[in-house]
Amino acid sequence: MLIGGVLVITRKNAVHSALALIVTLLAQAAIYLMLYAPFVAGVQIILYAGGIMVLFLFVIMLVSIERTEKERQFNKQWLVGIVAAGALGGLFITVYSKGQSIFPDRALPIAEAQNTQVVGTMLYGQYMFAFEIASLLLLVAIIGAVVMAKKRI
Amino acid sequence: MLHITTLHYLVLGAALFLLGVIGVLTRRNVVIVLMSIELILNAVNLNLVAFSRFWGGVHGQVFAIFVITDAAAEAAVGLGILIAFFRNKETINIDEVNLLKW
Amino acid sequence: MGQIIQYIQSYLRTKDLTPGAAGNVFWALVYIMLVFAGLSVAVIAMNWLERKILAHMQVRLGPMRVGPHGLLQPIADALKLLLKEDIIPAEADALVFWVAPFIVVLAAFTVFVVVPFGPTHAITDMNIGILFMLGVSSLSVLGIVTAGWASNSHYPLIGALRSSAQMVSYEVAMGLAVVSAILMTSLNAEGTGTLSMIGIVQAQQAQAEWFIFKFFPLGLVAFAIFAIAMVAETNRAPFDLPEAESELTAGFHTEYSGFRWSLFFLAEYSAMIAVSSIAVTLWLGGWLRPFPALHGPSITIAHVWPPADPTAPTGALDFVLALFPGLTFLFLAGMCFYSTVRMPKHPFFRIQTIGLAGFGAALALIGLILFWPPVRDRVGDIYWFSAKVAAFMYLYIWYRGTFPRYRFDQLMKVGWKILLPIGLGVLILTATVALLQTIWHL
Repeated sequence: MLIGGVLVITRKNAVHSALALIVTLLAQAAIYLMLYAPFVAGVQIILYAGGIMVLFLFVIMLVSIERTEKERQFNKQWLVGIVAAGALGGLFITVYSKGQSIFPDRALPIAEAQNTQVVGTMLYGQYMFAFEIASLLLLVAIIGAVVMAKKRI
Repeated sequence: MLHITTLHYLVLGAALFLLGVIGVLTRRNVVIVLMSIELILNAVNLNLVAFSRFWGGVHGQVFAIFVITDAAAEAAVGLGILIAFFRNKETINIDEVNLLKW
Repeated sequence: MGQIIQYIQSYLRTKDLTPGAAGNVFWALVYIMLVFAGLSVAVIAMNWLERKILAHMQVRLGPMRVGPHGLLQPIADALKLLLKEDIIPAEADALVFWVAPFIVVLAAFTVFVVVPFGPTHAITDMNIGILFMLGVSSLSVLGIVTAGWASNSHYPLIGALRSSAQMVSYEVAMGLAVVSAILMTSLNAEGTGTLSMIGIVQAQQAQAEWFIFKFFPLGLVAFAIFAIAMVAETNRAPFDLPEAESELTAGFHTEYSGFRWSLFFLAEYSAMIAVSSIAVTLWLGGWLRPFPALHGPSITIAHVWPPADPTAPTGALDFVLALFPGLTFLFLAGMCFYSTVRMPKHPFFRIQTIGLAGFGAALALIGLILFWPPVRDRVGDIYWFSAKVAAFMYLYIWYRGTFPRYRFDQLMKVGWKILLPIGLGVLILTATVALLQTIWHL
């Protein structure tokens, strides 16, 4: 997964980056399976790898022009970016090394066969409001994307 | 055999997050910036699901599903904006997005 | 060494677990090999069947030269494709060009990990089985898009974009139809549904009817939506504009030749078999024989020639339907012998006649073996599943020979404006009727 991530941010060709991202997303789904979350793994494969990445590949093909491959691929402010990311990394290292005691150590046994049922019950029960808002958000996103990409409004 | 604790997953999530942040801050190609944002969201999801596993209960997984949905919506809108921008400027260089610069 | 044999035999003693569920790696690998081999044979047979059946529908004969009645034609085709020159277009992205067929083939073959040929005859039984199948089959869209892009020429790119837009649109309709079938699995005694493929068929067994007949006509409409969407999903006629030869010069696989093209072709047929398996499992009762709940009166011959498992039911209908596998093979052997008799009596055809007679004899032998009770029971489930999938394959070929092609905008209109609203309607109605049944009729 980390190799995929590194390839995403370093490839010159956008299609190679997209393929590396697909590999990363599939590896992520495998890690979800290791974490006993099969439903989230399935959703990740269907939505992320099978939906969002198709969208990305479409746009790359419609937009990408050959001369972008011959230009410089890194920003004007790449040094500042690396320094900021380094600072963030330092923050992570500090927090994780100092706070090791509060992270739980033993994993509780989980009945895997019930995972989908429990997630479904919770989605439609406790998180019903968030569910409806998410559907409204998707509606707004659809309208927004259509309006943005139209030639004449 | 190494005993896998929460910390391992959190460190993996943090590494992905850092990679995504570096991608957002240093690349010129707008599409790759958007893909790095997806990496960041994935790192967050990994943290959520890892905690949901180690503390019991599926709240983390439900929230991860919502984050995936949000990521889909945001990718769609972001790519729409990208297409509109490309139609005007004929470039996908993020340094050229400087219409508000004085 | 003894430990290895112990490990191998420990699975044979478990009664109702698939190798994946039992955690037995050796048998899982054996099943994977079996499924892979069976799939390859099925694809080869599909190639021959398609050409012959299309030919007969068009009142001509199809391949007759290569083997007796063209039976060796697929092998000749495979040889030709393997020996063809491997061309990579100039200025095409070599890495992506190389990777694209593999993505499609991987996506098409990984789906078969959860396809249930029987109650324990699957490689594994994930409890998100149907979600896994839908997700992995949507990964093949990625392979098609990258294949079109990597060919670096107009026709493949347009073909790939059209093909992937079509596949993504019809995935929505497929998903809705699948959800309304999953709803019906929750109508059993415990009130909990399941997403696992084996669980779905067992729910149909417990409710004693195939889901296609449930809540008539809702099951039928959901099945019809899935049947139409699956034809569009696999880019087959009448939805094959992106790869039709007269429109776009073979679409996204124009620039592929030889072995790579055969990979696409393999993936297309495997995807057809995969979505047919989904349809068979969800609506047509998987490995259950027709009329799973009826047993018929108990007749003497069923007792004289009983099934090997003493707890299996022995009614007249059970007995008659259990004879079907053997009878099918004997029927095929009979057709072979009939054709042998009608072969031209010329010295040039001597080898072909002998070959055809040998093939007929082999089929007859298999048919006779399938009458023997221990084999009969084990093969029964696999036989019914394969027979239903074969019926779907025949439907696919029938559609190709009968329907004119849809234009691309008509195709998208059907997917979004017709199938999606009907799918939503069926889902809402199924949920309402299911709720009425469980709350008020319970």
